[in-house]
Amino acid sequence: MSQAVDEIKIGGLGASRKRVEDSRFIRGKGNYTDDIVLPGMLHMEILRSPLAHARIKSIDASKAWDIPGVHLVLTGEMMATRNLAWMPTLSYDTQAVLATDKVRFQGQEVACVIADDPYIAKDACEAIVVDYEPLPVIVNPAQAVADGAPVIRDDKDNQPDNVIYDWEVGDRDGTDRAFASADLVSKLELHYPRSHPSPIECCGSIADFNRATSKLTVYMTTQAPHIIRAAVAMVAELPEHMIRIISPDIGGGFGNKVPVYPGYVCSILASILLERPVKWIEDKSGNLISTGFARDVYLKGEMALRRDGKILAVRMHTDADHGAFFSDAQPSKFKIGLMHSAFAAYDVPVAHLTARGTYSNKAPGGVAYRCSFRVTEAMFFQERMVQAAAADLGMDQAEFRRMNFVPDDAFPHRTPFGFLTDSGQYAKCLEVGLKAIDYDNFRQQQAQARERGRLLGLGISTMTEPLGAGNSREYDILGIKMFDSAELKVHMTGKAIVRTGARGQGQGHETTWAQIVAHELGIPADDIVVEEGDTDTAPFGMGTYASRSTPVAGAAVAMVARKIRAKARKLAAHLLEVSEEDVEWELGRFYVRSAPDRGVTIQECAIAAYANMPDGMEPGLDATAYYDPPNLTWPFAVYIVTVEVDPDTGVWDVLNMVAVDDCGIRINPMIVEGQIMGGLTEAYAMSNMQFITFDADGNCVGSNYMDYLLPTAWETPGFELHSEVVTPCPHHPIGAKGIGECAAVGGPAAFVNAVMDAISATGVRNVDMPLLPDRVWEAITYRRDVSGAPPVRSDD
Amino acid sequence: MQRRAGGKGGLIMTIVYSDREDEAAAQVPMRRIKFTVNGEKKIAEVEPRLLLAHLIRQGLRLTGTHTGCDTTNCGACTVLVDGQAVKSCTMLAVQVDGHEIQTVEGLASASELHPLQEGFREEHGLQCGFCTPGMMLAAKALLDRNPDPTEEEVRWALSGNLCRCTGYQNIVKSVLWAAAKLRAQAPAD
Repeated sequence: MSQAVDEIKIGGLGASRKRVEDSRFIRGKGNYTDDIVLPGMLHMEILRSPLAHARIKSIDASKAWDIPGVHLVLTGEMMATRNLAWMPTLSYDTQAVLATDKVRFQGQEVACVIADDPYIAKDACEAIVVDYEPLPVIVNPAQAVADGAPVIRDDKDNQPDNVIYDWEVGDRDGTDRAFASADLVSKLELHYPRSHPSPIECCGSIADFNRATSKLTVYMTTQAPHIIRAAVAMVAELPEHMIRIISPDIGGGFGNKVPVYPGYVCSILASILLERPVKWIEDKSGNLISTGFARDVYLKGEMALRRDGKILAVRMHTDADHGAFFSDAQPSKFKIGLMHSAFAAYDVPVAHLTARGTYSNKAPGGVAYRCSFRVTEAMFFQERMVQAAAADLGMDQAEFRRMNFVPDDAFPHRTPFGFLTDSGQYAKCLEVGLKAIDYDNFRQQQAQARERGRLLGLGISTMTEPLGAGNSREYDILGIKMFDSAELKVHMTGKAIVRTGARGQGQGHETTWAQIVAHELGIPADDIVVEEGDTDTAPFGMGTYASRSTPVAGAAVAMVARKIRAKARKLAAHLLEVSEEDVEWELGRFYVRSAPDRGVTIQECAIAAYANMPDGMEPGLDATAYYDPPNLTWPFAVYIVTVEVDPDTGVWDVLNMVAVDDCGIRINPMIVEGQIMGGLTEAYAMSNMQFITFDADGNCVGSNYMDYLLPTAWETPGFELHSEVVTPCPHHPIGAKGIGECAAVGGPAAFVNAVMDAISATGVRNVDMPLLPDRVWEAITYRRDVSGAPPVRSDD
Repeated sequence: MQRRAGGKGGLIMTIVYSDREDEAAAQVPMRRIKFTVNGEKKIAEVEPRLLLAHLIRQGLRLTGTHTGCDTTNCGACTVLVDGQAVKSCTMLAVQVDGHEIQTVEGLASASELHPLQEGFREEHGLQCGFCTPGMMLAAKALLDRNPDPTEEEVRWALSGNLCRCTGYQNIVKSVLWAAAKLRAQAPAD
């Protein structure tokens, strides 16, 4: 006689199961790209441009060739003979692999050297002499569209200026009408600074072309190995079945490891030419100055308001600086990503968004850094505009939000920009957050402190964001629809292996995918191994970014387990000698409806699939599922921060931070909380210290960890997390939603709103992130807005 | 040209250069160093400019020591040299001549994990795992000199090590978990 199993005991849904992947990481036995050594492997280093915009007059690599141990020096000219000097980007643009005519940003790849060891390769890079003729430099969108601006992309036909796109969404006329009837129009302009995801592990690859088999194997730091395989097939003109991309352990990704980088392409060509494995491991400066940046968007926002606080309409214009090449990884229909997800949580009758993208002499990217394609900017703009509007109305920040939230009974709700939100309990989340921060009491303390000259502030950020791109109707990258996949093989002893088209980088897929299978089949999670990242074995998927793993690949895992359960039911009926209709399921076992004591376990069904299947049944217990989600998932979050600002120095300290996240059903609460804390820390980083800027000559400021400040354990505040509000996603098979990025998306506005609240008596409307002490001090002292837009200000 | 160093049980580092019939390869200066890593005695012949991190990773093939930033900011390469936490990308290999190195691979015994390793797993102190070895060794240096640190002392001791995934809160908990276990294991005075 068998019994149903206890879901938590077997590590199913809701179990804070300890992570499987930890046992290798805590022993130093992870297997990251740089840890891999292949026989005969050579090492590649890249020579980068010191100038932001210059014509290349000549490249003399003869001294590099002369250094013992150098096997190959690649330049743009040599790449061009193989039609590899340029490559397509994920946004229908082109990007230089190695520069031929010009360099267009500081840090651009100019040449590379392949040598016996990385030290020799670096020596050889220094021996290459490049003669540059400097050209005028553009570091922001205003310069890009100014009269007489140099055309950066003169390599392209039909590109007479620096504008990449002009895009719009929403109802222009309706919005104009609503503004005309408004009691009050609240305006805000600001810049979301350029940032870099900056995983601690830099990018790298080991290309291994085998002439005998014609097979190319590439180990690389990629969050999306199948997309890379397709891209390599296109760029290198190799047949796709002869390309194997292996993404080993990844030391953090955060969106930085989605695009195709020149270094990958060069290592592949070098391996093909030399017929030896070629390893390229980027250094930190190379990573920060050349690979996918994020943000760098300017907002002009306007909100039409009724006197009582009701939002009548929203108008937004964004200017995005994409750098020298439009190489964002965005769904192809949406030029500025999901910027139009702004105001999804608010009942806004009508809205209009215009967006312009421009080139500059800065590194390309615009990647979704812990973000679903610009939702980070969207939610920051939204929450800064909401704060400004409430202040303009003289209304309480919480009350203004409460009044304008989409109410719980209004779902499904069509947002003014066309998204369909399907569920949420926004006001309830806000109440949990306000109670946790002791809102009314804090406001009293704040008033008392102000009388004594102390500046306390409280910032709220509330938002719902679209996670889990996508549904295939609307979401594709280069035409490839954004579904995902899972394959499940149950072995005869009831143990199993799951493979998906996602690729974790610390999110704990090896732990949580097994929990979903445990939930669906009752097989203990410890009996299930999870494997991802090898395109020769994993089913096709679009990879891990934009918080899409749980919404899409995780859903595929549940669906494939259900396919297995359906077959196991037939096996159970056979074993129990009853018809399939008479078989009932409870976790881990089938039983006869009329005789519940008569049952068989899932493990007994598994062995029957190999040893005792009914006549005519296909043997084995394997399945693959491709999952195309019907909609995005819409987690909701409330972040509330209290701060104290020192009026003499502009330094601000976090007093408390409360996070209320409604991400639906939590597969592994421990891991979910880890994701939230990581996101909050990045939010704090962006608001407080972390940014990349440029001087007027296009020199990158923030090109290493001495200039690009990341918070340490010392300054990172503590966080209080709340999980009381649970609204299961109505369409996800297990009710889960994305969570990885929520805190990084919604968090920054909470910190900034808190500081702006603290200095509200100055009348200052905006200080651009990061809120460095000198900027806050300037705002307090001179009572003026402070812009952080490049070029950086000089003292003279 | 080929160089061999070491002997029975020692490390053999071999560097083969292409013979371009010039003297440049022969002029690469090499230094012989002796050191201990995770309790094992080693000899290596190294270029004076070789970083300790690269000796550990490429020479000794102990890849648990990671390199993250090149500027001694991230701490992923932290090891213990004579018990002190050192960022091995800032130290030259020749500087460990006569010294003792401990890397993450030397933390666990054959049969059991070090309490720090257990603590990081129990308290979810890691996600991508890249900073983890450096974090654990920086923490070990702290606990070796201060077995009962406050949260503040842990945060200060780890402030030379960057983590992009966790937000540190669970790392701090992990170290405090390990400290408590180590104290419980310590023989009573």
